[in-house]
Amino acid sequence: MEYVIEMLGIRKQFGDFVANNNITLQLKKGEIHALLGENGAGKSTLMNVLFGLYQPEAGIIKVNGKEVKITDPNVANRLGIGMVHQHFMLVENFTVTENIILGHEPTRGGTINIKDAAKKVQELSERYGLNVDPYAKIEDISVRMQQRVEIIKTLYRGAEILIFDEPTASLTPQEITELIQIMKLLIKEGKSIILITHKLQEIMDVSDRVTIIRKGEGIGTVTTSETNPIQLAEMMVGRQVTFKTEKKEAQPKDVVLKVENLVVADNRGIEKVKGLNLEVRAGEIVGIAGIDGNGQAELIEAITGLRKVKSGKVELNNKDITGFKPRKITEAGIGHIPQDRHKHGLVLDFPISDNIALQTYYKEPFSKNGIMDYKKVRGIAADIIKEFDVRAASNMSLARSLSGGNQQKAIIGREITRNPDLLIAALPTRGLDVGAIEYIHKRLIEQRDKGKAVLLISFELDEVMNVSDRIAVIYDGAIIDTVFPRETNEKELGLLMAGQELSSKQSKGGDA
Amino acid sequence: MSSRTQNFLVPIISIILGLIFGAIVMLISGYNPVAGYTALWNGIFGSSYNFGETVRTIIPYVFSGLAVAFAFRTGLFNIGVEGQLIMGWFAAAYVGFAWDLPTIIHLPVAILAAALVGAAWAFIPGILKARLGVHEVIVTIMMNYIALRSINPLIAAVTGGAERTPKVHESASLRSEFLQSLTDYSRMHWGFIIAIIGVFVMWFILEKTTLGYELKSVGFNRNASEYAGMNVKKNIVLSMVISGAFAGLAGAMEALGTFGNIASMSSFSGIGFDGIAVALLGANQPVGVFFAAVLFGSLKNGGINMPNEAGVPNEIVSIVIALIILFAASGYVIRLLLDRAGKSKKEVK
Ligand SMILES: Nc1ncnc2c1ncn2[C@@H]1O[C@H](COP(=O)(O)OP(=O)(O)O)[C@@H](O)[C@H]1O
Ligand SMILES: [Mg+2]
Repeated sequence: MEYVIEMLGIRKQFGDFVANNNITLQLKKGEIHALLGENGAGKSTLMNVLFGLYQPEAGIIKVNGKEVKITDPNVANRLGIGMVHQHFMLVENFTVTENIILGHEPTRGGTINIKDAAKKVQELSERYGLNVDPYAKIEDISVRMQQRVEIIKTLYRGAEILIFDEPTASLTPQEITELIQIMKLLIKEGKSIILITHKLQEIMDVSDRVTIIRKGEGIGTVTTSETNPIQLAEMMVGRQVTFKTEKKEAQPKDVVLKVENLVVADNRGIEKVKGLNLEVRAGEIVGIAGIDGNGQAELIEAITGLRKVKSGKVELNNKDITGFKPRKITEAGIGHIPQDRHKHGLVLDFPISDNIALQTYYKEPFSKNGIMDYKKVRGIAADIIKEFDVRAASNMSLARSLSGGNQQKAIIGREITRNPDLLIAALPTRGLDVGAIEYIHKRLIEQRDKGKAVLLISFELDEVMNVSDRIAVIYDGAIIDTVFPRETNEKELGLLMAGQELSSKQSKGGDA
Repeated sequence: MSSRTQNFLVPIISIILGLIFGAIVMLISGYNPVAGYTALWNGIFGSSYNFGETVRTIIPYVFSGLAVAFAFRTGLFNIGVEGQLIMGWFAAAYVGFAWDLPTIIHLPVAILAAALVGAAWAFIPGILKARLGVHEVIVTIMMNYIALRSINPLIAAVTGGAERTPKVHESASLRSEFLQSLTDYSRMHWGFIIAIIGVFVMWFILEKTTLGYELKSVGFNRNASEYAGMNVKKNIVLSMVISGAFAGLAGAMEALGTFGNIASMSSFSGIGFDGIAVALLGANQPVGVFFAAVLFGSLKNGGINMPNEAGVPNEIVSIVIALIILFAASGYVIRLLLDRAGKSKKEVK
C-alpha cells in the first residue's frame, strides 16, 4: 500500500496539557482523507505538527515512505505539503499575487517580478476553475475567494498534499458545493487531500476514508463507504448522539419581549430593519429564520442597545427599554450570546475566568466599592467552567487559547448563569461540532422549560426547525410570517425566506 | 526551565550581551572598554554623590514610564508625556514659589497641582479621541509643541519677565539636608518614595480595581467592552487623564526636587520621550517600568562620567547605552534561545 503521508503515534503537549496523544493518520495517494473530531479534539494541532508549526514530543512522520523531520513550514513546503488554514493568513491590502508570492518573491535583477507571478497565478486559477483575479486586492474579495487564494498559494509553492482546516465553516451551502468540486478536480490532477471538518454530511459526500480523534486520542480510521453519520458521530463524541432534540410541548406565558414597528439603520445609514414587529413569550423559543443580511444583526443590536433605534419601540416585561444603554438593558434582564464571539463575546486576551465577569464585574460578588475580588471571580468562574463543560488547559488560560466550541460554552455559561428573562442566542452553534451543538440546544430548551423567553437567530434551517417553538421568518427587515415547526417544512420555509409567500399572504389580508 | 528563573535570567543575560557589544564598539573606535565600563560603574555607584545623582535621575523616568505604560494598557499611545511633564513642572514650580502654606499642605498641594495640570493637558487628546475619533498620537504630538512654546511666556508672565522662576519655598521642596549630607550634596530628594508609591498606585488601579478591569478590557477589545456595558469613551478619557497625571508628577519631581524651579526651555527635556522606551522595556507592567527606569536612569547618569574618566566621547557613550537598552528590550530573542537550549537538553536525555 502506498502512503504519501504517514503520521505514526504522534504526541503533542502544551505544558502539561496533552493536545495529541498517540495519533496515527495515513494518507493514501489521490484520496480525500477526512479528519474528524469535536472542537478542541486536537485536529488543528495535529495538522500544525504536519505543517512544521509545532514539533511533536513523540511519534514519527514519513513522507513517501521516508522518515522526515519537519522543523518549520518551509520544510513542509519543500516536501510538497501545503495548508489552507482555518483562519486565513492574508495581508488585506496586498493583491492576490502579492499575497501568493509573499516570502518567496521571484526577483529579476533585484526587483520583484510580479508579472510572471501573476501569469502563473492566472494559469493555476484557470486550471482548477478557481476564477481568481491575480490583481484584485484581498480586502475587496469575498471570503470564498480568499479561500481560493489560499489554495492557489499552496499550489504555487508546489504542494502535492493539501491540508484544508475546516474550509466549509464560513461558507454558504452553495459555496460548499463549489469547493467540493474544486477538491475533486485537485484529486483528479493527482493531489492528495486531508480535510478537517466536523460536518458529517460533508464527510459522507466527499471523503474516501475518515480518521477520528477524540479529546486528543486517536480513535481509528474507517472507510467512508462502510460507515454512516450515526456511527461517525458516536466515534467522535464517545456516546450516542441524538440529532433530533427531544423536548416537551412549550407552555408560553406572558409576553417578555415586544418589538413594535422597529426601524434600524446600518453603519452607512441604510435602513436594515423596516418596521419590524415581534413577540416572545416566557416559556417559548422563537426562532428567527432568514438568509444572512435581512436585518437580523441590526435587530439584535438594537434590542441589546449596541445600535441606535431610529423609530419604534422595544419592551421587556412591559417596560420600555428603547434606546437604553447596553448595561441598563443587561440589568433589565436580557442575556445575549452574540453572533461574533471573538468581536463581542469575549476579551480574548483575558483569562477565561475574567471573561465570566464581563458584564457584572462592577457588582457583588465580583467586586465591592470599586475593588475587584479576583478570588471570587475565579471561584465562580471555576463553577461555571465545570458546569458547562468548558475544556481548557486551566481556568487561567487566555480565552484565545480555547477552541471555538469551548469559547462558546463559556459565553453560554456566563449568559445563562446571569439568569436573564430573555436569552438572545445569535448563531449560537456556528462552526461547532455535533456534540457541542446538541449540548447548546439542550441548554436553550432548558432555559425555556425554566419559564424564560428565548430568541434564537439562525441561518441553519434544521436548527430553527429543531429547536424553536415558533418560527418568525425575517425578510428584508420585517417578519413576513410566523409559522409552527410541525405545520411547516424546509421547503416552505425556504420559499418564505426568499420572500416568496409575501404576495399570497397579502391577498389573504396578511397578519404577521 | 521554570518561567520564574527565566524572568530573572533573561534581563541579566540581555544586559550582559549589551555590555559585550558595547565593549566591541569601544574597542573598534579605539577606546579601552575596561576603562570605559569602570567609568560607567563609578558614574553610577562610584561615590555617594554619584549614587545620589543616579537616584534623582531615575525618579522622573519612573513617572514618565508609568504614564506611557498606563495609557498603553488601554490601547492608547500617549506620546504627549513630554508636554504633560512640562506643564506639570511649571504648575508645581508656580505653586511652590508663589503660595505660602505650611509644609504639610504646601508640598501635597504642589504635587497635586502638577498631577492635575498634567491630567488636564492629556484630557484634550483624550476627549478629542473619544468624541471625534481624532488619533491621539497626532494630538499629543501637537500638545507637546504647544507646551514647549508656551512655557517661556508663562514663566515670564509669572515672574515679571524673568528667565526662570524663583526657587520653591522650603515648605514645598522635596529636597532634604539629610539626603544631601548622606550623598555628598547631590540633588537626590524624597521623590524616590513618591515614585515607589506611583508604581504601587498603577499596579493597584490595574490589578485590583473595577476601573482597572474596565481599562484593560477596553484596551484589549473595545467591541466586547461595549457589549459588556462599559462606557468605552469615558474609559479612553480616563486613561489619558490618569496617564497625564503620572506625566505631571514627573514634572513635579524636577520642580520640587532636582531643580527647585523651572527655567525657560529651548528644547524638550527628553524625559517624556524616553518614557516610551522605559514603558516598552518594562513591558508596560508597573514593576517592570520601575526596573526599566532604574536601568535607564543609571546608564544616563553613569554615562556622564565616561568622557571625563575614560576619555570615551559622548557619541560613543550614547551608542553603548543604546546598545545595552536595545538588548534589554529584545529579551524576547533571548527567551527564545533559552527555550531552544532547554528543549535540546531534554531531547538528549
Ligand atoms: N498553542 C496552544 N497552547 C495551549 N493550548 C493549545 C494551543 N493550541 C491548541 N491548544 C489546545 O489544544 C486543544 C486542541 O486544539 P485544536 O487542535 O485547535 O482543536 P481543533 O482544531 O480540533 O478544534 C484545545 O483544547 C486547545 O485549547
Ligand atoms: Mg481547529
